[in-house]
Amino acid sequence: MLSIKNLHASIEGNEILRGIDLEVKAGEVHAIMGPNGSGKSTLASVLAGREEYEVTEGEVVFKGENLLELAPEERAREGVFLAFQYPVEIPGVSSTNFLRTAVNQVREHRGLEPLDAVKFLTMMKEKMKLVEIDQKLLSRALNEGFSGGEKKRNEIFQMAMLEPTLSILDETDSGLDIDALKIVSNGVNQLKSKDNATIVVTHYQRLLDYIVPDFVHVLYKGKIVKSGTKELALELEEKGYDWIKEEIGQAAV
Amino acid sequence: MSKDNEILEEFTTKEYEHGWSVNYEADEAPIGLNEDIIKWISAKKEEPQWLLNWRLKAFDTFKKMTEPEWANVHYPKIDLQKLRYYSAPKQGKKPKTLDEVDPELLQIYERLGINLNEQKRLQGIAVDAVLDSVSVATTFKETLSKLGIVFCSFSEAVKEHPELVKKYLGSVVPITDNYYAALNSAVFSDGSFCYIPKGVRCPMELSTYFRINAANTGQFERTLIVAEDESYVSYLEGCTAPQRDENQLHAAVVEIYAATNAEVKYSTVQNWFPGDKNGKGGIYNFVTKRGLCAGDHSKISWTQVETGSAVTWKYPSCVLKGDYSVGEFYSVAVTNNYQQADTGTKMIHIGKNTKSRIVSKGISAGKSQNSYRGQVQVMKRAHNSRNFSQCDSLLMGDRCGAHTFPYIDINNPTAKVEHEATTSKIGEDQIFYCNQRGIDTEDAVALIVNGYAKEVLNQLPMEFAVEAQKLLALTLEGSVG
Ligand SMILES: Nc1ncnc2c1ncn2[C@@H]1O[C@H](COP(=O)(O)OP(=O)(O)OP(=O)(O)O)[C@@H](O)[C@H]1O
Ligand SMILES: [Mg+2]
Repeated sequence: MLSIKNLHASIEGNEILRGIDLEVKAGEVHAIMGPNGSGKSTLASVLAGREEYEVTEGEVVFKGENLLELAPEERAREGVFLAFQYPVEIPGVSSTNFLRTAVNQVREHRGLEPLDAVKFLTMMKEKMKLVEIDQKLLSRALNEGFSGGEKKRNEIFQMAMLEPTLSILDETDSGLDIDALKIVSNGVNQLKSKDNATIVVTHYQRLLDYIVPDFVHVLYKGKIVKSGTKELALELEEKGYDWIKEEIGQAAV
Repeated sequence: MSKDNEILEEFTTKEYEHGWSVNYEADEAPIGLNEDIIKWISAKKEEPQWLLNWRLKAFDTFKKMTEPEWANVHYPKIDLQKLRYYSAPKQGKKPKTLDEVDPELLQIYERLGINLNEQKRLQGIAVDAVLDSVSVATTFKETLSKLGIVFCSFSEAVKEHPELVKKYLGSVVPITDNYYAALNSAVFSDGSFCYIPKGVRCPMELSTYFRINAANTGQFERTLIVAEDESYVSYLEGCTAPQRDENQLHAAVVEIYAATNAEVKYSTVQNWFPGDKNGKGGIYNFVTKRGLCAGDHSKISWTQVETGSAVTWKYPSCVLKGDYSVGEFYSVAVTNNYQQADTGTKMIHIGKNTKSRIVSKGISAGKSQNSYRGQVQVMKRAHNSRNFSQCDSLLMGDRCGAHTFPYIDINNPTAKVEHEATTSKIGEDQIFYCNQRGIDTEDAVALIVNGYAKEVLNQLPMEFAVEAQKLLALTLEGSVG
């Protein structure tokens, strides 16, 4: 479904991604871990099409299409969803109104009729249950004054509404309390199918107890330096990143 | 960036929707401004002597005044001698009912999306349609008159209710008030008149729709609203003009009088032709709007959505004379391309325990300049008066400007005046967030801007609010870059 080859990207002349290779197939869950500043969010942003980043080398193919040629909204309509590490506040715009615009633009792209108010609200009710989000939150301005955890939960709610093929969750677990973590993970698991894929960016192995990954990758200084299975996450939890840094250091010598 | 430029290109080549004009046979005054012209207008309208005298007095005052230059707007001087001060469609005899109005004129309004046919109209809104210098039709007159409400053109009011006009004309905006108000008083042609008797809640929205059609003609209309004790009315005003290369002058005066416990809501959606993308043409909108809260516990509320005009100079104000009276001003002013707006309000607290609230949302895009100018004045005997002002500016791009000029003058120590101001840029983060959910940039901007202006848009009657939202989106289309 997603094939990243030798991806290099820079911002304001600083190279952040230095040759990423990653293959994600339908039905898979990939976890990306790595120290602060290693480029995890940058990778997510580049995949979502943020214009500040310049792709200097490499290619990204999504469902057989050159992803890098598409505008951000086209990528979204094709089924790429990014749960932001820092969700943005939009004052005065209710989540409901925002999502209705989004859902209908996505539907239009997929050749579906726009949802009328009644159908839309029915769909919302259904998806709200999935992440146990409060109606009150959704009638407020989008993310404005939301607590950290509420913002994250709202991201997953939006994901449920948009039914993406590829979901990238950028540290969705940070800021969630233990109960919320379970609820959100449960939501993500229910949305999982053999036709879609998930990339979870996280610092904590705990999340991976709930959302069980097929593969775990370590991103360091803009490169995937190690890949493995769930056990790699456990090892990282225990030992930190130093041993990996050392391994690379040795390899470089 | 290049994509943004493309969108920008697409927008700027998009035409102003109401830019068309029609040819009709017109009754016109000769070009120029002098006493004879004023007498000509007055005679044309078969006015009583007292009104002609009032006009001539205004003209004398006007001649001694000079054009104000303090506003943050720049435009070539207007040669008032080159303008025409009266132009009206020729209609055989004066139409008594809507059926008698020339269908061609009704069509003009139809094309603007305003149906003057009472049966076909949405219930709940009565319209006075003003074309160039005259009112061509007023709807629902009969329904309203059963309640004692007078809603008609200004000219008709002069004939049918001279005592009311005489009593209130110039009582809120005196002829000496300012340069454009004096000019308007001398040459005003028509406008709307509205009188709500004691204890009556007007059951429908009243509205005036101003349309400039003729070229080289100034539009000088005059609106007078009188709300007697315990009465209520909500009044709407809309306006458009053809797209022409020359600038056209619009200098209106609106006066509102609110007696004890009366409440008047006045909403405007201003969509005069703003000029083209190079700043050519467009309306000069120099308007004086003022409300007098004459009685205790009276309330006047102004809501305006300003999207059009090349130059706007406008400060809807409230004089809070009655004790416990309330004045409100809610404004969204959008400027794009080369538009200039200098707008705001004045709240004059005279009575005790008077309250005022100002919410101003400026949005500037392109190379436009957007200024908020607001004055809060608390007089000596205005004990315990309160004001709250919130002035926000939103910038789109870095070639436009936003300016805030608050003037605060307090002469009573018990007054409480709060002023908050913010300036923000429309965030790339916000747009990207919307894009990432599948929303394209145009719609993202519309969403964000409507969210920003929500507090003001919420003040508008439903039908108008939807219109205003669309207009905001249209004015700003493609302005991110
Ligand atoms: N405009 C910029 N100029 C230079 N460096 C930048 C710029 N923007 C981001 N960076 C750098 O890019 C690097 C990667 O950032 P990124 O947000 O992708 O890290 P991350 O792996 O998501 O970290 P975290 O775990 O803290 O979320 C960081 O070192 C950051 O400082
Ligand atoms: Mg990050």
